[in-house]
Amino acid sequence: MGSSANTVTGLTQTMVLNMGPQHPSTHGVLRVVLELDGETVVKAVPDIGYLHTGIEKSCESKTYSQAITLTDRLDYLAPLSNNLCYCLAVEKLLGLEVPKRAQYIRVLLTELTRIGSHLVWLGTHAIDLGAMSVFLYCFREREEILKILEYVSGQRMMTSYFRIGGLALEPPPDWLDRVQAFVEMMPARIQEYENLLTGNRIWHARTKGVGVLSAETCIAMGVTGPTLRSAGVAYDVRKVFPYSSYEEFAFDVPTRTEADCYARYLLRVEEMRQSLCVIQQAMQKIPPAGPIRTDAPGIVPPQREKMKTEMEALIYHFKIFTEGFAPPPGEVYQTIESPRGELGFYVASDGSPKPMRVKVRAPSFINLQALPKLVEGRLIADVVACIGTIDIVLGEVDR
Amino acid sequence: MAASNHIEQHNVVRQLRAWDPKAIEEVREFRGGVTVVVPRALLRRTAEFLCGEPQLAFTLLSDLSSTDRFPVEPRFEVNYHLVSMSRRERLRLKVRLSGSDPVVETVTPVWPGANWPEREVFDLFGIRFEGHPDLRRIVLPADWEGHPLRKDYPVEGPR
Repeated sequence: MGSSANTVTGLTQTMVLNMGPQHPSTHGVLRVVLELDGETVVKAVPDIGYLHTGIEKSCESKTYSQAITLTDRLDYLAPLSNNLCYCLAVEKLLGLEVPKRAQYIRVLLTELTRIGSHLVWLGTHAIDLGAMSVFLYCFREREEILKILEYVSGQRMMTSYFRIGGLALEPPPDWLDRVQAFVEMMPARIQEYENLLTGNRIWHARTKGVGVLSAETCIAMGVTGPTLRSAGVAYDVRKVFPYSSYEEFAFDVPTRTEADCYARYLLRVEEMRQSLCVIQQAMQKIPPAGPIRTDAPGIVPPQREKMKTEMEALIYHFKIFTEGFAPPPGEVYQTIESPRGELGFYVASDGSPKPMRVKVRAPSFINLQALPKLVEGRLIADVVACIGTIDIVLGEVDR
Repeated sequence: MAASNHIEQHNVVRQLRAWDPKAIEEVREFRGGVTVVVPRALLRRTAEFLCGEPQLAFTLLSDLSSTDRFPVEPRFEVNYHLVSMSRRERLRLKVRLSGSDPVVETVTPVWPGANWPEREVFDLFGIRFEGHPDLRRIVLPADWEGHPLRKDYPVEGPR
């Protein structure tokens, strides 16, 4: 029920409207309770939890290796980012060093995922605001990324390809040719999206000056990723706290100062170009042969060959897959730059083969907090633009 | 002993000690991450100091989470993962809470972004944050019984 007030023009009453959880532009199952004065949003209260599956609790009853498959299901548009962050956290807990070849392959694949995630964002954001064709184009290119992921890992989406200590399996010999073909194709395709949107007057009207969030508010609210960078703060975990050899790669962290939906659009498009640049460097760096897993008996599964021929390796293999391994007691916090912002994994061990606590610092969860600040005082049509622009994935918000 | 001397030389630890010697209950370093355990009564003031002091500038609260060490007492730990964006440094602030009185002061006036994370900890662990503007359950329904991330809550659920 809304509230009423007696004004000079008579009695006015606000109306309460439920947006979601089945509304298509809430990108999943987000419910926003809107209090409206005509078409103006007076108050917005996000209501989450419709997708809560207790992933953090489930992790506590799995071994460290088994929990990887659960991380895929958090941010299902960038599963490899979650795999990477979780593996880095457990590797930090164990004090494991990953071979350079595996690190570069990880970088390449996570950047591919970033492009894929930004493509889904661009396509759905555009279709929310009425531009149908961009959506179809974006999904066409995303399909190419998924094909590469399938070729490498055997899975299109829930790859679980990164494992503790390295990678699940050796990529097929000619996989880099496919990546090369994609990298050659993509710049022209990005230009195609820009041709459709960047100078489009309807697009301008729907995004320029909409959803402005200042840098101070972003930092106070903990908002990271493209939303923070669109307010002029060049905070990118890949640069500030490098991981997985990112310090060896040359790329820019694009920033804007307008801090509106349009700025975030330009920013994410530029980020796709920067990711292509990182992928090209990674292709140069990846050695044609070499270990993809670190040599850590009892923690990292032995090579198939060894397992079939050496007694020791067979015992380790058996132990890893039956009882797991026990890291020393302690706690670590590892962050990476996911497509949505700072993704963090807090992993605490009590010395048993199952994690005592796994906490996911989901960027979508934190960024969604700022939604009322974006939409209050604006028109109801802008709510759709604002939900789109912060790029949430409800799997990660609700966990 | 050498290790503990080394951690005493840490910039943040020295500044905290100089500010208020009682603010540090314990300091630990593990895999390059520094943890400062603060007494519950001083948490809010320490948070204000760490955020507001220009030499430290831990302006970004990256994460706020809790751990249950049941049956050990004090069983709960609340972890605050702080980032100083200007100095490129991270710090973990920790406060220990007993199972009989799981209450701690809110840090929302220091970092407004702590609002949802504190609600989440309240929802899943039953830790109350004194002075929180809107302490309701966030991911579970309002009529849910129990706090699922507590160690004495079965994985299969209570029923």
